Amino acid sequence: MLTVGTGNKAIASAVRDAKPAVVAAYPITPQTEIVEEIANYVSTGALKSRYIPVESEHSSMAACLGAAATGVRTFTATSSHGLVYMCEMLHMVAGARLPIVMANANRSIGPGWNINAEHTDSLSMRDTGWLQCYVASAQEAYDTTLMAFRIAEHNDVLLPVMVNLDGFLLTHSIQPLRTVEVGDFLPPISLPHAIDMDNPGGYGTLTTGDVHFKFRWDMERAMRDSVHVIEETQKAFAEAFGREYGMTEDYRTEDAEVIIIALGTMGKEMEVAVDQLRDEGVKAGSMRIRWLRPFPVLDLAGRDVVVIDRDYSFGYGGIVAGEIRAKTGTEVFSVIAGIGGQEVTYNDIATFVRDRRPGGELWFGVEDS
Amino acid sequence: MAQIPDEEYLCKTTTACAGCPSSLCLRYVTKAAGHDTVFVIPACCSSVIQGVFPTTAFNFPVYNVAFASAAAVASGMSEAFREMGKETNVICYAGDGGTVDIGIQALSGALERGTDFLYICYDNEAYSNTGMQRSGSTPLGARTTTTPAGKPDFKKDIDAIVAAHNPVYQATACVSYPQDLFNKVQKALTIPGPKFMHVLAPCPPGWRFGSDETIEMGRRAVKSGMWVLWERANGEFAVTGASKAAMKKRIPVAEYIAGQGRFSTITEEQIKELQQQVDMAMEKFQKEMDGIC
Repeated sequence: MLTVGTGNKAIASAVRDAKPAVVAAYPITPQTEIVEEIANYVSTGALKSRYIPVESEHSSMAACLGAAATGVRTFTATSSHGLVYMCEMLHMVAGARLPIVMANANRSIGPGWNINAEHTDSLSMRDTGWLQCYVASAQEAYDTTLMAFRIAEHNDVLLPVMVNLDGFLLTHSIQPLRTVEVGDFLPPISLPHAIDMDNPGGYGTLTTGDVHFKFRWDMERAMRDSVHVIEETQKAFAEAFGREYGMTEDYRTEDAEVIIIALGTMGKEMEVAVDQLRDEGVKAGSMRIRWLRPFPVLDLAGRDVVVIDRDYSFGYGGIVAGEIRAKTGTEVFSVIAGIGGQEVTYNDIATFVRDRRPGGELWFGVEDS
Repeated sequence: MAQIPDEEYLCKTTTACAGCPSSLCLRYVTKAAGHDTVFVIPACCSSVIQGVFPTTAFNFPVYNVAFASAAAVASGMSEAFREMGKETNVICYAGDGGTVDIGIQALSGALERGTDFLYICYDNEAYSNTGMQRSGSTPLGARTTTTPAGKPDFKKDIDAIVAAHNPVYQATACVSYPQDLFNKVQKALTIPGPKFMHVLAPCPPGWRFGSDETIEMGRRAVKSGMWVLWERANGEFAVTGASKAAMKKRIPVAEYIAGQGRFSTITEEQIKELQQQVDMAMEKFQKEMDGIC
């Protein structure tokens, strides 16, 4: 059905259509509309589910953990301070191999208070064992959330999935949105290690140094296996509903001599910059990383690379730039731009490319960087 | 008096300390709760006394969860079971640190939301699992590794805090009186909604008394009025079991304290303060029983 909605509304619509049995959530700007919409769906009966209005984000993830442990589908959403507050539970959920899906509205972390887009919140949760996807439109937010349940619940994966969308730039942008009849695309959840009263077991008991690493290796194996599950799911989604997604979204990259890389909405903005640069005769292309965990295979050999990070790891560098350097061995020009909602236009992005200094770092708007 | 079943849910392979009150408490809680029960256990002695993976001494489903999260996990679990149409009991079994300190926010939230679960705090009055550090539940004058000169503050009144949430059932118990404990757990589990029980668990290594004296220490706590057995259900308050006698006649608090190494540095003044607190609490309980607010 064709409708219009914000990025938040798109996520809530996908949750309504995925029919989780339990949603536990705590409101935070700019995620609030997601939980309001879901509470409303539950209240009106559009979604038959238990909505638990918890007292904190730590508890929203804890309540999802408790619900998921019984073998039911669960969802929550958060942002920024809420995400870092639930950090401990992110580790617990991934380690317990519970396929919870969460939307995170990417937002700065204080001080000072800033409610605008930044990726440092979710990137600082990189190592918790969650799959992470970054979306760039309301449609993609809807589609990816539906796919996230299927991927998380696949028995080769059984890891939680975080769907990230830029605060305000996407959470509050009204865009066309086509919802689907989910049907068989999302099979009922079947958790092999759900609590079984007839076969009582201890979950998360004490482990020693000769077994603990094996649980961690199992998580890594699942993370690696998730690549084929993501690809299969995206293929099945395209077949069922006609919209195609990859690990990355590549734009005019085939003959590109310089490639721009970013996450989220900036990754869309840079396509306009690519067109502009092409008009000037610069062979530019862009790669918007959708799945950051598992990290995609990127073909960057022999090209200049400009990475725009809406985030930073103090004392190290742009987080995505660092990952690309480490994973591909490619030297990059690292641009730090858009933090806390700083405005970055396609003209600015084109300038980053024209003025690129391979191996260098630029803090956009900081004169002595 | 309800018959306590012979069936054991706690196996002999438990790695609990000799004289452990927490495992004793859990033994009767599990007998009262029966098969269709899931336990949610935050970091505490009971996460350790299960033994080491892949073996477990607990013959019932246990979810071990983060320290601050037990009541919230139980919240999600209970809602999921009810959504599936299952009546499975969800019991949080947490120490005092996980209840009165780090877990109090999740507990408050779960109580306020009317979660259908039973929260049991076994109170050994310190972070015993990590070697006896002070908790909000440590009594005045007790030495711990983080109050080497004795705790200068009073024990937090978690029962009053919980009572302010108006749970459908609230009770105290003590491991020295297993029938009273058993009856209360069984009764609590017949009532839908949020239930809370606070169980005194005298800890031999933590309180520094012999491992054969656990029962005696609990009895002295009740006889002195340092611990009172009571329950509140459907607005009805009752002092129960051995505490009925303690309402009328008690041994001095000093006698309770004398047997415990943790009170070796307590001052005469602090003992007086504890005695005064006991006498005032008893008056308050008597008034509630007499229907005087």
